[in-house]
Amino acid sequence: MKLPIFLDNHSTTPMDPRVLETMLPYFVEKFGNAASRNHAFGWAAEEAVEQARKQIAKLIKADPKEIVFTSGATESDNLAIKGVLEMYKEKGDHIITSSTEHRAVLDTVKSLEGKGKAVVTYLPVDKFGMVNPEDVRKAITEKTILISVMLANNEIGTINPVKEIGKIAKEKGILFHCDATQGVGKIPVDVQDMGIDLMSFTSHKMYGPKGVGALYVRKKNPRVRIAAQMDGGGHERGMRSGTLPVPLIVGFGKACELCEQEMAKDTARLIAMRDRLEASIMKALEESYLNGHPTNRLPGNLNISFAYVEGESLLMGMKDIALSSGSACTSATLEPSYVLRALGVGTELAHSSIRFGLGRFNTDDEIDYTIKKVIEIVTKLREMSPLYEMAKEGVDLKSVQWAAH
Amino acid sequence: MAYSDKVVDHFNNPRNMGSFKKDEEGVGTGMVGAPECGDVMKLQIKVENDTIVDAKFKTFGCGSAIASSSLATEWLKGKTIDEAQKIKNTDIVQELNLPPVKIHCSVLAEDAIKAALADYQKKADGALIDAK
Repeated sequence: MKLPIFLDNHSTTPMDPRVLETMLPYFVEKFGNAASRNHAFGWAAEEAVEQARKQIAKLIKADPKEIVFTSGATESDNLAIKGVLEMYKEKGDHIITSSTEHRAVLDTVKSLEGKGKAVVTYLPVDKFGMVNPEDVRKAITEKTILISVMLANNEIGTINPVKEIGKIAKEKGILFHCDATQGVGKIPVDVQDMGIDLMSFTSHKMYGPKGVGALYVRKKNPRVRIAAQMDGGGHERGMRSGTLPVPLIVGFGKACELCEQEMAKDTARLIAMRDRLEASIMKALEESYLNGHPTNRLPGNLNISFAYVEGESLLMGMKDIALSSGSACTSATLEPSYVLRALGVGTELAHSSIRFGLGRFNTDDEIDYTIKKVIEIVTKLREMSPLYEMAKEGVDLKSVQWAAH
Repeated sequence: MAYSDKVVDHFNNPRNMGSFKKDEEGVGTGMVGAPECGDVMKLQIKVENDTIVDAKFKTFGCGSAIASSSLATEWLKGKTIDEAQKIKNTDIVQELNLPPVKIHCSVLAEDAIKAALADYQKKADGALIDAK
């Protein structure tokens, strides 16, 4: 086993070596521009891009023509939301989204709201982080033109009832955008069955290269139109200009193919490792709380709050394991995770949260090591914690008058 | 964010971690911060003849908060009450090489020192009044 261990697979994933192998010829040898229609270099590039488009579309049960390449999920979210708003502004300006969306969605709608271009409803989530489809239905007005709800949350892994939301959107004739960045490649996604009209996802969360993503844009029932946000050569059916990064796209395609072929195997492995990690930690450490849905979440996700210890110090104590925390100290804003707060997790426990993100390349040995380290460091830091001492003495921490600063 | 070697050292080998009994003679206790803010420091001093003979801390917070309070206990030992009053958060920032986002940890440590000294003073004054 090699240190450090990478258990932060929600932030990014290592590239699968098989993906790299597929990409290599497209840097030096087959370097053509896929938009060059008049020579063999261009044709080779175009062929490779179209092959990748097929692989990607197959994974999400779409038509290859419905895939628009972007630089990543952030751009896809921006393009979907701004593109729909601009294209359908005569119909209305109301957008429905949820309070636990990724910043790429939340900041996009907030920016539109701030400029007076959109009216936004932020739906609450239940204590597991799930959007209630009935809340979506109730929020719909005559002016609603877009519903944007994520497939799976990046912090807690909770999977939303996307199919039910898609059904409501269809029924009401409203477009449905889904940020599926964390879900595609990890859980089965079927844009037909789920009633999704636009879907954002990215290559580097599924063992592909960074710098390429896609926006699925439905072509029929209904035919979705979006206003381009980038002017230029009219690539990607006019929706996203810019020369296609052929090697990245080839890698993205291969990554999707591998995810499709190996999903069942990967999922079984990840769930077994994740459940063992969870059970061992929870058994050894009292007052550890699972954040997110107990069962309906991503196979590789585990998010736990360890009462009385602060997240950043936990990370510091496990510096040979790459993890992430909802603690304020790890963010630039000094506010703890808004996702955990939206679930109703207390601020103290949000500060104490650790996200474990397991992926294809993690091993049982790494999980054993992590279990040992987590138990060690939480125990050590609790010994050091005045809050733990007070709790052990029977002091109700909520009754204490704290000098907030 | 990378931590300075000194922060890492205090975090891995905290000095004077622990507690005195609050009602013990000569002990002053300062507790500052709030769990919602992500840091709480408890700093205690034991005073004999106007000199701090021992100090202990317990901290809930990030590595820099733990290091700041650990360092504070080191500095407090052997100082007189007056000397202890003069410890400034900027001294801690400098010693631990804290980045701007972690300055509040040093402020909290200074507050904890002041609170412990005040608590000691209050108890000492009380004892004096009782004696009279």
